[in-house]
Amino acid sequence: MSKVRVLVGTRKGAFVLESDGKRERWDVSGPHFAGWELYHIKGSPVDPNRLYASQTSGWFGQVIQRSNDGGKTWEAPGGEKTPEPGAMPPPASNKFVYDSSPETGKPLTTHQWYDGTQKPWEFKRVWHLEPSLSDRDTVYAGVEDAALFRSTDGGKSWHELPGLRGHGTGPKWQPGAGGMCLHTIILDPSNPGRIYIAISAAGAFRTDDGGKTWKPINQGLCSQYIPDPTAEIGHCVHHVAMHPSRPGVLFMQKHWDVMRSDDAGDSWHEVSGNLPTDFGFVIDIHAHEPETIYVVPIKSDGEHFPPEGKLRVYRSRTGGNEWEALTKGLPQSNCYVNVLRDAMAVDSLDSCGVYFGTTGGQVYASADAGDNWAPIVRDLPAVLSVEVQTLP
Amino acid sequence: MIRVILPQHLRTLAHVGSEVELEVEGRVTQRSILDALEARYPMLRGTIRDHVTQQRRPFLRFFACEEDLSHEPPDAPLPDAVASGAEPLLIIGAIAGG
Repeated sequence: MSKVRVLVGTRKGAFVLESDGKRERWDVSGPHFAGWELYHIKGSPVDPNRLYASQTSGWFGQVIQRSNDGGKTWEAPGGEKTPEPGAMPPPASNKFVYDSSPETGKPLTTHQWYDGTQKPWEFKRVWHLEPSLSDRDTVYAGVEDAALFRSTDGGKSWHELPGLRGHGTGPKWQPGAGGMCLHTIILDPSNPGRIYIAISAAGAFRTDDGGKTWKPINQGLCSQYIPDPTAEIGHCVHHVAMHPSRPGVLFMQKHWDVMRSDDAGDSWHEVSGNLPTDFGFVIDIHAHEPETIYVVPIKSDGEHFPPEGKLRVYRSRTGGNEWEALTKGLPQSNCYVNVLRDAMAVDSLDSCGVYFGTTGGQVYASADAGDNWAPIVRDLPAVLSVEVQTLP
Repeated sequence: MIRVILPQHLRTLAHVGSEVELEVEGRVTQRSILDALEARYPMLRGTIRDHVTQQRRPFLRFFACEEDLSHEPPDAPLPDAVASGAEPLLIIGAIAGG
């Protein structure tokens, strides 16, 4: 029988939740890396036991962790002892240095700060790790201050793809409330050269040549909170989702507005429809129904909790515009948690499972595409990210 | 032997106990101790000082012999008691909540 593994990153450690295909009884392991912030954990599609984790701390900076046994044991790649005095030290898996070399890089320019002044790029942390679809040792990292890095040696060393940061609009990028983070990386399974990324608050970008050159893909977005609401750059994109069977169709949860693109991001139109509020962070797609999408509406940018204190997932079976509230098993009174941008995922069992984590420490699961929900765990530290692996 | 006391999270990361003993060649300074520490425990590179600038991370402090050495130059000699191993160098995380 198939199994499901849920990888949960929290403010104070990582947790691994496992169940058989019934998804009724769960084994919980953790906290791994207790006391550290785990922004994201994700498994390789090529080798599901190869996991990558972003472990960060305001005190001690960034650490990258890797597991080869599905999260039972971990190592900081490149952290082995130097072989002998004077020998080349091992690569540093937590060394994220912007490429400003004349040969391959771009000048380390400035971006806009909250007060409108310019500020130089400065590495803070890794928000998102996206393992390659074809090689277990290749993995992409989206970082704050926004840039895209890649490792081809299993996370031991990292190199920036500088064409994104240096493509020209950088001085107009600015941090969202959480920092100027590159939080979404989507690899196109039908086109190895095509990658989508999103940045708060710059917008969405696409490369068609493996990361050498990039173009903003924000036409159709309208953000009333920026000086030019339809500007090419400056939109606070919270998350983007793509179904692997239709890589040209994208769904976006923007700061406000749920958006859809049918032309690989070249243009967008709003599909918020009858949502009670179109502010939110997460958005995801049913594993077998590319027109079935999920969001968790949040009241507003100033009030990061569900409207009316009712935690509701909204599902559209029509690719947007027509939404239904999913409430069975979710708290419908006095609930004031948030669901952060990387904290929803789906499994690919025949009856699609949907999972999300909250800032109140609950991880909810539905084994029937959202009709019924139950908490797997309910007292973890605030959940930052949720990823799901469907295992044979 | 030079003695270094690490904060709890770095002990876990390096898989060591509360105190680390190091051989340091030449003058005993913040830099020479950190060089020796990072050579022996490479997973600590970047966690105490920046990879590129080598600056101390802002939420960490260095103490020894009841003195705050955080703002001393990295190549300044440390107290004799540290160099002899009588006293440890303490690397301490700032108390900043959470």
